[in-house]
Amino acid sequence: MGVEFKPKIVAFMCNWCTYAGADSAGVARLESPANILPIRVMCSGRISPEMVLRAFRSGADGVLVMGCHIGDCHYSSGNHRTAKRMPLLQNLIGYVGINPERIELQWVSASEGPRFVEVTKAFTNKIRQLGPLAQEVLE
Amino acid sequence: MTKTTLTIDGQLIQADDSMTILEVCRKNNIPIPTLCYHPVLEPYGACRLCTVEVKQKGRNWSSLQTSCTHPAWDGLDVQTNSPEVREARKMVMGLMLSRTPNVPVIQELAAEYGVTEPPFHVEDPNEKCILCGLCVRVCNDMVQAHVLNFSGRGADRKVGPPFMEKTRQCLGCGACTIVCPTGAIDIVLEEAGVYAAKPLGPTSAIYVPSLQAVPRVPVIDTDSCIRFRQYDRSLGQITDACGACQQLCEAHAIDFTQKDEIVELNVGAIVVATGFQMWDSSKLSQYSYGKSPNIITGLEFERLSNAGGPTLGQILLADGRKPETVAIIHCVGSRDKNPNAHEYCSRICCMYSLKHAHLVRDKTHAQVYEFYMDMRAFGKGYEEFYERVQEEGVVMVRGRGAEVQVLPSGKLRVTGEDANLGKLVAVDVDMVVLSSAIEAPADASKVSALFGLSRTADGWFAESHPKLKPVETNTDGVFLAGCAQGPKDVPDTVGHAGAAAAAVLGLLNRGEVTISPATAEVNRTRCVGCGDCLLVCPYTAIARVDGKAQINAALCKGCGTCVATCPSGAIEAWHFTDEQIIAQIEGVLEWA
Repeated sequence: MGVEFKPKIVAFMCNWCTYAGADSAGVARLESPANILPIRVMCSGRISPEMVLRAFRSGADGVLVMGCHIGDCHYSSGNHRTAKRMPLLQNLIGYVGINPERIELQWVSASEGPRFVEVTKAFTNKIRQLGPLAQEVLE
Repeated sequence: MTKTTLTIDGQLIQADDSMTILEVCRKNNIPIPTLCYHPVLEPYGACRLCTVEVKQKGRNWSSLQTSCTHPAWDGLDVQTNSPEVREARKMVMGLMLSRTPNVPVIQELAAEYGVTEPPFHVEDPNEKCILCGLCVRVCNDMVQAHVLNFSGRGADRKVGPPFMEKTRQCLGCGACTIVCPTGAIDIVLEEAGVYAAKPLGPTSAIYVPSLQAVPRVPVIDTDSCIRFRQYDRSLGQITDACGACQQLCEAHAIDFTQKDEIVELNVGAIVVATGFQMWDSSKLSQYSYGKSPNIITGLEFERLSNAGGPTLGQILLADGRKPETVAIIHCVGSRDKNPNAHEYCSRICCMYSLKHAHLVRDKTHAQVYEFYMDMRAFGKGYEEFYERVQEEGVVMVRGRGAEVQVLPSGKLRVTGEDANLGKLVAVDVDMVVLSSAIEAPADASKVSALFGLSRTADGWFAESHPKLKPVETNTDGVFLAGCAQGPKDVPDTVGHAGAAAAAVLGLLNRGEVTISPATAEVNRTRCVGCGDCLLVCPYTAIARVDGKAQINAALCKGCGTCVATCPSGAIEAWHFTDEQIIAQIEGVLEWA
């Protein structure tokens, strides 16, 4: 191949916690991977399974879903829905031949700039090791 | 209660028949000496000193009576200072001086009636008790502890607990020592008891919280108040112990039945001003906080030097001496990466430490050493104050105070590095003031859960934007003021709170609220009325109308949880529609 694999990662971030957390990482001049393609939603509860599947269909190698910590949700319980939906979706994509590890759910609060960097770096490294999604599906 | 008219020392006086002659005299400023009378206790007639000459209506002969027990009947003619009365009192004082020859109060009173030497046999020159029974009455009738009583007869009569033994019935309230006219009772505290929690000394059970308290009314400390303690000790049996304050308060302002109330208010805005708490200085053991009473925090120093404080503003060591050397250590628990401490600067300590140094110099002329890392004199006039304190002769040691040791002599050894000298230094001082950190209150997480506030990593409540929205929060209508948002000194807090008040007024004066246009809406043609969205909505903004879902736009906050839940795709979240989000996903992936 010779060409370095640059994973494309769609990151859904809720407006109140993770998006603000990413902001605070930026304000603090912390470097996070450029592979992360942010999609802002008002609440992680807004992220429907369909969107995650759309991301994979459109060429994403991994999807990172991020919201407020349980108990901290700006809408009090939106992230509870996400916490139930995402494991279910992970189960389902296993059946269609996508490694469930390509979806990850993480909680990052508005003040956790360093944690945002940590989570995104770790996930990018994981996807880099898993290789491109297209290759996996072909296999 | 009927009105009566009596003559006292030739003066016609109106009274009512529920009063005693003594009460009438006291009300009319006619002096009568007493030793066994107390306004909140039943009169007892023990000391006989209040004897007056009384002539009843229609009689032509008079008799000597104790005025504290004699009712103020109509038509009485009372003489309070006639030769007979003076003679009777002289005898009373003679007997009393012979019993207690060395009690100053008795000596003075006896001298008033011309008795300077005990006229009778002195049994025990150290006797102090005059058997007035005040302590017995206060202990039984007021405190209801029933510890003190008389025992023995005649010459053997004395006062004490049963069998003169220590008893657990005694509360240690000290009421007997307060009413005792001759100082015959001492209280010896074997355990610190309720005072343990008050390191700077006991206060009265009823007190004004601080000199500047608003409203300036006293409060009752239910841990020390006899009425509440007796209620607790007797498991609710004794409900009316003491109550002296209630009987004496002329405004009838004391109400023991007052309880904490939960008041529900409908409001348009809330300002969270929950402040800070002091960081526990014993968390860093090197400062030996708690190991010597002369190692105190800045806040304790503040109390010590307060004119309304336990020493009336004098700066004293625990043994009552004036300190000759004092060390003030900055940044205790602040700017410290130790997991028990805080990384942030507490912001207020530099200036209050300088103020403390100034106060110590001013009040005691003690030598003051300030161990500081940097002097953060950032505000208006602060740098000038720093200069002034230096000119007052305070020794500035640039470097964090590393350790405080309690020496066997009781002195305190402070070691640290003087970065200017590049040397380790140690000083032995009498008092150490730790300029301890301030931190978010322990229950801040409860407050944040209640109002939906987020907190920054250091525990303070997060403002909406660090520069542009310093008083707003991410919850509409909830604002922050003061240290709830982060450490602040007084001027900054006043400024911050003013901004919060202005933001609140702006919100309330508008009379209407602007809500975000990002709300959800149901496509009623597509909706099948399954009701899933009703279950997930955190704001109960969705109702079923005519079998189909309908969203109240005023209640909807636009989180979109219902949109993701709807199985028939009938709900759209404006500004975050499925189409928009999917277009974004495709867009970012296409160009990545």
